[in-house]
Amino acid sequence: MNVTATLFGQLIVFTVLIWFIKQYLWEPIINTLEDRKTRVAEGLAAAEEGHKFEEQAQKQVEEELGSAKAQSADLIAQAQKRASEIVEKAKADAVDEANRIKTAAEAEIAMERSRASEELRSQVSTLAISGAEKILGKEIDSSAHAKALEELAAKI
Amino acid sequence: MSEAPAISKPVEYIQHHLQNGSIGGKPESLVDFGVFFWDIFAVTVVLAGIFAFVSYKVGQNLDPDKPTGLQNILELIVEFVNQTVKDIFPDADQWIGPLAITIFIMVILMNTMDIVPVDLLPSLVAGVASIFGVDPHHVYFKAVPTTNLDTTFALGLMVFLLIIFYNIKSKGFVGYIMMFLTHPFAAKSLPLKIVLAPANVGMTIIEELAKPISMGLRLFGNMFAGELLFLLIALLGVGWAMPGQIALGSLWSIFHIMVIILQAYIFMLLTVIFLGLASQKLEDH
Repeated sequence: MNVTATLFGQLIVFTVLIWFIKQYLWEPIINTLEDRKTRVAEGLAAAEEGHKFEEQAQKQVEEELGSAKAQSADLIAQAQKRASEIVEKAKADAVDEANRIKTAAEAEIAMERSRASEELRSQVSTLAISGAEKILGKEIDSSAHAKALEELAAKI
Repeated sequence: MSEAPAISKPVEYIQHHLQNGSIGGKPESLVDFGVFFWDIFAVTVVLAGIFAFVSYKVGQNLDPDKPTGLQNILELIVEFVNQTVKDIFPDADQWIGPLAITIFIMVILMNTMDIVPVDLLPSLVAGVASIFGVDPHHVYFKAVPTTNLDTTFALGLMVFLLIIFYNIKSKGFVGYIMMFLTHPFAAKSLPLKIVLAPANVGMTIIEELAKPISMGLRLFGNMFAGELLFLLIALLGVGWAMPGQIALGSLWSIFHIMVIILQAYIFMLLTVIFLGLASQKLEDH
């Protein structure tokens, strides 16, 4: 239990050791810890930013989805309108065509009829002459009675 | 082999164990600078070397992302010490942390030599000495540096010098002298100040000296008492009392682990506190 020269030896050992520890242990570890702290903070900030970005993107996606839906609904409505228009037009065309065909048919029928009645009329006059010839027993001069025959034919 | 005479001559056994291996013979007086204890110095150097080597190895191979093994442990200790320093001494300069961690680890390491069986290292050294033809009975070896006043006072003296350095650094030389004159008894008027000055000087000198001395004696006392108890337990020897020695030795070792760490922590804490106090600006009384 004495104080001896060992004290100075110990003092030197401790002093050197403190310098050594500062140089090779304390500062590297403190720097590492600080680095890690800042990097963790940066990482968290980046994550936060990413989260925000994702939210923004989500919002944008929703917006675009909404506008796309509206656009498609528009398109569908337009298409439907166009389709009904086409159908209407086709209907109108069909009706027109039908009318045209009907008119043509009517005209043809009328023509046919007038042609038939003409023919009939001419035949009737011939028939009337031959009937009259048989009744009268003699030949009728068709040219002499042409006027009367024509009147007859017109009456039928 | 040394147990057999130990039991028959307990006083001699204990005295033998409490004597340092020295260069320059036994110290003549309380303070004798003609003597050098090579044993505790060697143990201190070896422990410091181990600590420095491990620190160097870890410090060179720091992995910032995946700390493993020793790096984890050292990071933990560094962070703990750093937090302690920050809490107690917020505007500490870059030397306080390394100082605190060196004191903390070195005191723990030196105290831990207490856990090593009391006869192991002395017997080993005596055995080695006998190979070289030295009488093993006259080979002394004390393994625990902190059971010696030189070590604890070396730490205390270091702190004492640093307290003076930080005082002068923060207050200036004149401020440091003023601290002696106006502290702890403050006065408003100049005549009263002059009257109180001698008392202040005396009180402050005692206060400043008490800091390192109390620190050194506290650590020394705790470790010396622990060492002595290990020696007393070892007196039970290897005969019929062997189980008792094992049981008591184990119990005391387990309890002593707490003392080891606690004393190291207290020493570190007081160092930081004293240096923190020394770095305060002189209050205007």
